Amino acid sequence: MTTTLDFAPRPGAAPLPRMVLAQAGAEMRAMLRNGEQLLLTLIIPVLLLVGFSRAPLINVSGARVDFVTPGVLALAVMSTAFTGQAIATGFERRYGVLKRLGASPLSRPGLLLAKTAAVLGVEVIQVAVISAVALAMGWSPHGNPLWIALLIVLGTAAFSGLGLLIAGTLRAEATLAAANLVYLVLLGLGGVVFPVASFPEGVRPILELLPITALTNGMRSVLASGGGFPAGPVLVLLAWAVVTLAVASRTFRWE
Amino acid sequence: MPDAANTRPAAGADGTPAVEVRDLVKRYGRTTAVDGLTLSCARGRVTAILGPNGAGKTSTIEICEGFRHADRGDVRVLGLPPSDRSLKARVGVMLQSGGVPPAMRAGEWLRLMARFHAQPLDPAALLDRLGLTEHARTPYRRLSGGQQQRLSLAGAIVGRPELVFLDEPTAGLDPQARYACWDVVTGLREAGVSVVLTTHYMDEAEKLADQVIIIDHGRVVAAGTPATLTGAERQLRFRARPGLNLDELLSALPEGSAAKESPAGHYIIEGQVAPGLLATVTAWCASEGVTAEDLSIERRTLEDVFLELTGRELR
Ligand SMILES: Nc1ncnc2c1ncn2[C@@H]1O[C@H](COP(=O)(O)OP(=O)(O)O)[C@@H](O)[C@H]1O
Ligand SMILES: [Mg+2]
Repeated sequence: MTTTLDFAPRPGAAPLPRMVLAQAGAEMRAMLRNGEQLLLTLIIPVLLLVGFSRAPLINVSGARVDFVTPGVLALAVMSTAFTGQAIATGFERRYGVLKRLGASPLSRPGLLLAKTAAVLGVEVIQVAVISAVALAMGWSPHGNPLWIALLIVLGTAAFSGLGLLIAGTLRAEATLAAANLVYLVLLGLGGVVFPVASFPEGVRPILELLPITALTNGMRSVLASGGGFPAGPVLVLLAWAVVTLAVASRTFRWE
Repeated sequence: MPDAANTRPAAGADGTPAVEVRDLVKRYGRTTAVDGLTLSCARGRVTAILGPNGAGKTSTIEICEGFRHADRGDVRVLGLPPSDRSLKARVGVMLQSGGVPPAMRAGEWLRLMARFHAQPLDPAALLDRLGLTEHARTPYRRLSGGQQQRLSLAGAIVGRPELVFLDEPTAGLDPQARYACWDVVTGLREAGVSVVLTTHYMDEAEKLADQVIIIDHGRVVAAGTPATLTGAERQLRFRARPGLNLDELLSALPEGSAAKESPAGHYIIEGQVAPGLLATVTAWCASEGVTAEDLSIERRTLEDVFLELTGRELR
C-alpha cells in the first residue's frame, strides 16, 4: 500500500463512443467466455448444421446443406439476440449490474447501443464459423449479401426487443426458463431444420408470422434460391422489432 | 496535498453544500422508511449517517443517488436535483451490495469503470492501494466479501469524483480490510472530496467523520461533530462490590454530579471531572472498605448517546 494516488477531484465523462466501445467489448468478452452461452450460440447451431446436412432426417429438394444452412444462421441470430441476451440481462438486473451502470456516465441509450454492438459482434463470429463449416460441406450460397445483412439486423432488433421484454419484467430464474422454452418452441416450429411445409396447412399462416419463421424464410429465399428483396419477412421482422422494443422500453425495470 | 482540511469552505463555489435534504419522506406500501428527514453534508468533509438496520440509511442515500424517488421533500446534490445527468460524472457510488457481473475479473471491471471517465485514477495503482493486486484476475464471485467491498469502493472513486456516497462500506469487513477502507476515506478527505457514508458502527463514525448524523426510524435524532455529540462531559467508571450506598459519595462530589450503579457492580460518576474527583472517589472507597477496580475516566461514546436518545442499543 505504498502507491501514491492523487484523489483530488477531476470529474468528467469520457466521450460517448469510448464508453460504448468499452462496454460493448466487456459484454462481448462475457458472452464468448461463458460456456453455456457458447453452447447456445456456436456448438448447438454447428451440431444441427452438420447433423441435419449429413443424416437423411428431412425431406427437401436439392442439397440438404443448402436448405439447412440458412435456417441455422437464423437460429444463431435468435440464440444470441434473444436467448443469450435475455438470460444475461436478467441476471445483470438481479445482481445490481444494471443499477450500478445507471450511476456511471454511460447513459441508458449508450448501454443499449453497447449491447446491440456486442450482439452484432458475436453474430459476425457465428456467421463466419457456420459459413465456414457449411462451405466445407459443399454449401453453395446465392443471392444478394445486402439482403442477408438487412435480415440479420432486423432479426437482431426483433429478437433483442423480445429478449429485453422478458428480462426487464420477469425474475432472473423465470427469464432463464422462459428464454429457453421460447427458444426450443421456436426452434421446432420456425422452419429452422424442419420445413414449415411439413406442418398442417391450417397452422402455417400463424407460423409464418413468428419472427423466427420470417427470418428463416427470408434467409432461405435469398441464400437457397437467390431470390430478390424479401419483402414479406422484412415486414414481419420490422413489426416485431417496433412492437417489442416499444413495449420493452416502457416496461423494463432496471432494478 | 495542502492542509486545507480546516480552512476549506464547507460549501461549493456556488455556495451550496455537497448534499442537502429537506423534509424527505419515503414510503414502501405501509412502511414509512424515511419520515421527514432533514440533513446537510458539508463540502470537502466526511459525513457519517449512523443508525441501526432499518433506520432508513439506504433509502435516503439511494434517493440522493437518483435510484429511488422521494414521496415528499427536497433533495439537492452539489446544488442539483439527483436526476441531473451531469452528476453521473461528478458523483461516485458504492452500493450496499452487488453491482459487478459475477464472472467479470476484478481488474477488468475497474478498468471498464475507469474508461467511462475523462481523467480516471490508474486502476492498477488503485487496486494496489486497496490490497487487491493479487486478485486482479479473479472473477468477482470468487472474491471474499471483504475483497468485493473493496473493489466496489475502488469503482466509486476511480473516476475522481468530487462527491462519493458509500453505503455501509465496511459492513462485515475484517479489521485489515476495514483499515484499508478508512485509509482511503481519509485520503479522499485530504484531497478535498466530499464523502457521505452510512454505517452502523459507532467507532467508524467517531473516527472518520467530521459530522455525524444519527438517524432512527427515518428521522434525525441528533447531528453534530463527534465531539459535540458525545459532549465535553466525561465519566469516571469503576467496578466494586454491588450495592454500595452512593448518597454519601454524592454529597462529597461537586454540585451537578451524578452517580449510578449500572449494571450491578459497575459504577459511573458523571459531571465535571475535576482533578480532585479521583481523590474523592478513592477516599470514599477506602472509607467503605472496598477496592475500586478498572477505574477509568472516559468520554461518552456515540453508543451512549444513541442509547440515551432512543432507549435502545445501536445493534
Ligand atoms: N425496496 C423496498 N421495499 C419495501 N421495503 C423496503 C425497501 N427498502 C427498504 N425497505 C424498508 O424500509 C426500511 C428502511 O430500510 P433501509 O432504507 O434499507 O434502512 P437501512 O439502510 O438503514 O438499513 C426498512 O424497514 C426496510 O425493510
Ligand atoms: Mg442499508
